[in-house]
Amino acid sequence: MHKREATRGIARAIALGSLILTGFAQTAGAAVPTVTVGVIVGATGPVSSIGIPVKNTIALLPRMVAGAQLRYVILDDGGDPGVAVKAMRELSEQDHADILIGSTSVPTCVAVATVALETQTPEIGIAPFPTNAYTFFTPQPPELMLAGLIADMKAKGVTTLAYLGFSDSLGDHNYQATVKLASAAGIRVIADERYDRTDTTVTAQVLKIMSRHPDAVFVSAAGTPAALPQLELARRDYRGHVYFLHGAINAEFLRVGGNALNGITASAGPFAIVDHLTDDNPVRSQALRFREAYDAKYGPGSAGTFAAYAWDAGVLLAAALPTALAKASPGTVAFRVALRDALEQLHDVVGADGVYNMSASNHNGLDARARVLVTVRAGAFVPLQP
Amino acid sequence: MNPEIALLLLQDGLVTGSTYALLALAAVLLFTTTRIIFVPQGDLVALSGLTYASWEVGKLPASVWLLAGLAGLATLIEIIAATRSRRFRALPRALFTHAILPGLIVVLAVCVSARPPPLPLIARVLLTVALIVPLGPLVYRVAFQPVIAASISSLFVVAIATHFAIEGIALIAFGPEGVRAAPLLDASMTLGPLSVSAQSLLMIGVTAASAAALYLFFRLHMLGKALRAVAVNRLGARLVGIGAERSGAVAFLLSAAMAAFTGVLLAGSTTLYYDSGFMIGLKAFVGALFGGLISYPAAVVGAFLIGVLESFVSFWASAYKDALVFAALIPIMWWLSVRGHTEGIDDDEDSTL
Repeated sequence: MHKREATRGIARAIALGSLILTGFAQTAGAAVPTVTVGVIVGATGPVSSIGIPVKNTIALLPRMVAGAQLRYVILDDGGDPGVAVKAMRELSEQDHADILIGSTSVPTCVAVATVALETQTPEIGIAPFPTNAYTFFTPQPPELMLAGLIADMKAKGVTTLAYLGFSDSLGDHNYQATVKLASAAGIRVIADERYDRTDTTVTAQVLKIMSRHPDAVFVSAAGTPAALPQLELARRDYRGHVYFLHGAINAEFLRVGGNALNGITASAGPFAIVDHLTDDNPVRSQALRFREAYDAKYGPGSAGTFAAYAWDAGVLLAAALPTALAKASPGTVAFRVALRDALEQLHDVVGADGVYNMSASNHNGLDARARVLVTVRAGAFVPLQP
Repeated sequence: MNPEIALLLLQDGLVTGSTYALLALAAVLLFTTTRIIFVPQGDLVALSGLTYASWEVGKLPASVWLLAGLAGLATLIEIIAATRSRRFRALPRALFTHAILPGLIVVLAVCVSARPPPLPLIARVLLTVALIVPLGPLVYRVAFQPVIAASISSLFVVAIATHFAIEGIALIAFGPEGVRAAPLLDASMTLGPLSVSAQSLLMIGVTAASAAALYLFFRLHMLGKALRAVAVNRLGARLVGIGAERSGAVAFLLSAAMAAFTGVLLAGSTTLYYDSGFMIGLKAFVGALFGGLISYPAAVVGAFLIGVLESFVSFWASAYKDALVFAALIPIMWWLSVRGHTEGIDDDEDSTL
């Protein structure tokens, strides 16, 4: 009994002490308004190849904007929508987050979006997902990139196309988008094959595709798993064109795919070929600034496209904050609404991977300037010569 | 589908099946001798593949630190157990296997990694095997031996927890991106419409050799006979002086060795991720169920069947591939239950040990 009371006494002392300390912290910080930025990333689990660079980038985002201090609170959702929602509630209720950056996959972003709307917290997702009034996202939507790929197919005289994508919701979404855009361009989609991220073989799928003799194959996959189909196609001497989406654009994809990737066509953000951008390209200076900052912290050559999306979330936030800070003070509903309004009115904001022009109907705001077509030559991405 | 495609699918299925067969053998070995459904077997395969790929690029694989950590933990457990029971006679031997031997391997790996790459092929393979094989007995010592008398379902829960631990460590150690290594044998020959790579022949060869070696070990070697005795009747084996603990460690050693070889071979033929192992292990487990988790030949046949089934199903309906492969469980379970409870392992009798 005594022991328990003693423990309780200690607990009380600690609670009191920390109360006093936080009180001090608050009075000390009162002069500078603090904007709380909640961050949800999938740094573990199946989407960690995107979540980890995004998490790394948060450390490089601005700490001070328009006289306000920025406080970042990072939570991990492991790619699980349920965990993401819980994280979002925690950020909203305990940390009084003014804005959310994340999450890093389509299903988690969709799950968090409903909470963002309910709590009136603006969200900048690092995945292209269907937006509502309070949600925005930085990566290029697949439709924007697909349109570029389909235009290239048409120019090369492709009339039949085989689709090979992940067996998940993203695979379904991209298949439907492909069929829609391709049929508008007079291209028939003659195969719909699926595989999983960790599959050890895609021989069967590739055999089926090749038995139908398509003019081109479109591999809709992200990161290193995108290399496996191309290795199999190359092994079986497929002679047609092979197309990839911007999700496949990273250094690891090049490393795993090796020489088999030579001659592929992929859509990418301008950051993928930053060294080839001309001086008059608006994205170039921001892209170089991002690469310098990231490489300085995480080692030369470590900056990738996924990290650039997170950097651009920081750019958007920094651009919208001054307007919102002028209207209301952080920690209030009025501030979050003002921040949302300011984000929606952003014009010609130059990021590391494109130029953003938001509107009430477009919460991504990227245009064709955020899209380049690339190929692989000698283990590096180079612009595709038309 | 024409006969040529069918033949190509069969070839692909057999190569995949040989991987499953190696893992299915390990699953049966572990289940019969320890009653553990060892879920992380696939994770050890992934660890081995990632380790091998690290050596290829001349980097010290992060599995070194996993081995060092596990060895430290196991040593601590041994010392505490000896101090508590005040029986120090077995301690030197335990320290040798749990501290000195893994320590030597860690030191060797660190020294070798300081050398400029590239390492010769045989050194890469041997170093990978040396780093992965001790993980088996160490995982057994740390996670399973303290609760070895628990029921099959409790052991299964521990196995799942171990799986999540190993997978999480693999993510931290090796990162989220996939790796690939050069094949051990870079050659191929043409057989009619088939192009047969030397690597795939090697995979089937290693599976066949492992099955044969296991058979001979169980028939001819005293330790193998002891393992069989434990599998048939744990209580009886104990009464004639066969320690369940030691046989468990031996079984884990053998299964980790199989995982190590599988990983090295797989890394040379496909992209491996930190979480690749789970699916491979699960499919091998379905294969092993063909023999009710107690028959080696049936497990091998089942594993090859799963491999071929997967290949053909991928051709017909790739989007439903995994669902259809796991749906094969339903007829297997039905058949096993119709055949009745025969020489299966009796949980009740064992948990009283």
